[in-house]
Amino acid sequence: MLHCTVLHVRIVIVDENAGRASIIEEGLSALPSQEVYVLTDRHELVSRIAEIEPDIVLIDLGNPARDVLEDYFAVSRALARPIAMFVDESDDEAIAASIDAGVSAYVVNGLNSQRIRPVLDLAVRRFEAFSRLQSDLAEARGKLAGRDMIDRAKRIIMDSKGVTEPEAYGELRRKAMSTNRRIVEIAEAVVTAHDLMGE
Amino acid sequence: MATRELRIGFLPLVDACLPILAQEHGFAEEEGLHLTFVKDVSWATVLDRLLYGHTEMAHMLAPLAIATTLGRGRPAQQLAAPFVLGLNGNAVTLSNELAAKVAKPGKLSDPAALGAALKVEVERAKASGKALRLGVVHRYSSHNYKLRYWLAGCGIRPDEDVEMVVVPPPFVADALASGEIDGACVGEPWNSICVDRNVGSIVLFTAQIWRRGVEKVLAMRESVLDERREETEALIRAMRRAGAHFIEPANFESNCRILSGPEYLAAPEGMVKQAVTDRIVLSKGSPPIHYLDFMFQHSEAANFPWVSQAAWLYSQMVRWDSLEFNPEDLRKATGTFRPDVYRSALKDTNDDLPGANSKVEGSVRQRTQVGAQTGSITLSENRFFDDRTFDPEHIEDYLESLP
Repeated sequence: MLHCTVLHVRIVIVDENAGRASIIEEGLSALPSQEVYVLTDRHELVSRIAEIEPDIVLIDLGNPARDVLEDYFAVSRALARPIAMFVDESDDEAIAASIDAGVSAYVVNGLNSQRIRPVLDLAVRRFEAFSRLQSDLAEARGKLAGRDMIDRAKRIIMDSKGVTEPEAYGELRRKAMSTNRRIVEIAEAVVTAHDLMGE
Repeated sequence: MATRELRIGFLPLVDACLPILAQEHGFAEEEGLHLTFVKDVSWATVLDRLLYGHTEMAHMLAPLAIATTLGRGRPAQQLAAPFVLGLNGNAVTLSNELAAKVAKPGKLSDPAALGAALKVEVERAKASGKALRLGVVHRYSSHNYKLRYWLAGCGIRPDEDVEMVVVPPPFVADALASGEIDGACVGEPWNSICVDRNVGSIVLFTAQIWRRGVEKVLAMRESVLDERREETEALIRAMRRAGAHFIEPANFESNCRILSGPEYLAAPEGMVKQAVTDRIVLSKGSPPIHYLDFMFQHSEAANFPWVSQAAWLYSQMVRWDSLEFNPEDLRKATGTFRPDVYRSALKDTNDDLPGANSKVEGSVRQRTQVGAQTGSITLSENRFFDDRTFDPEHIEDYLESLP
């Protein structure tokens, strides 16, 4: 009797950042024929990977457990299903892209390149999306902090000079333009000077 | 001269000091260089960034540079190490419980006597069904090779009698505290942090295992060396000057302050200072031990990439990875160390340049004058704890003779 089975690609995502891991996991679930496992705990990392026997392991570059993982792979090479870094030179471009995105991939020896590429490409896109999200957030936070600083500076100028809010802002802006600096920097200087002089 | 930029990868360890201080004190600038630093938390990532061009150069474990050239663990890529960033600087820290059984708290042990005492505990633990677990920072590290050299020399077989595991330096203290490991060989400031947290005691310095053991190197892809040869040589000169500044006691305070900063080691200044001044507290509350040469960054041409040092590391790779000794691999491994570049960088300076590229390691028993570019260099003793010597011309005999 013939069994016609679809071979699943088993993917492990190692990430201490649960938010990022779930974004990648969600992306990978869109691919057919795969099982995704997310590992966040460093302590059981190696034993869980040994249990799962993944075809692909994705781990972010900032994870300190990478050296532990590579050591385990080195030992496992003596076993039946050795895991290795990409050994096929033709995949070098894909690895470079993944390293640029901040993710490192380990693949079981002999896994078909056609099955690796979609997983890796998707992981890279998701990693990049997450980084963008983070920098957007940081920028938004920075803007918020900046706005708060400008508000405080305006109030100081309004109180000390008895001017209106638009006039206070106008002064900050003129000073910024004439000295070739950002408004928020001028505001910071005003607030710092004010703090130094006391209330 | 326009300022040229070089990106350098590193892990937060005291022996990343020379390129950092070369930049911070303006020695790089004087050579027309601007250095920027990329800090990571694993050697795997430091290496990836180097291989895929995020950095031009990296602070790297000397054995890992050789392993990369030989294609151990990933496709082979020829690396070049034209500068040794330092010798030794690591220690063996045991859990307080184990340390109390094999050593006197707060005192340095004799390596052979300590090994004999440890052997008793190793056998007891093995008989009870729970072998002692010892951590090293990386498979291809001098920590691993020196710890194994010492254990084997004391009749403890590293792969049979104990369990050797990889533990990243920042987790060593936690792993000792939780009982995950019984001891570890790691660089500073991580031993001192274990002592400060009172989760372990330092019992041995790696300098006691091999007095002049090579530790980290400045590594780069060979192709990058060829493209940026001039800058590399400029950096070597800047780092030699940073080293002269680093070992001057008057500069200890300011250097420790710079190194412990958030962008570099992000560690308490006091911990960093212990390694910088060779004054180490072995056990919580005990007075510091002054051990000259705990770490060795500058004198006696310490930065010179001796081909014989690379050959010793290759011999240990053969020994512990159960490889066949292969003259072609030896050639590649020793070719990773580039004394020719080091020489070329310093030939027009008054700096110490040894007359030879290779020496019999472990053979210097007392202060010895050796020929150099200008006059001579004095080499201090460089013995191994078991008094063996390593002749790079006879590696197979050497391997044969090891336990």
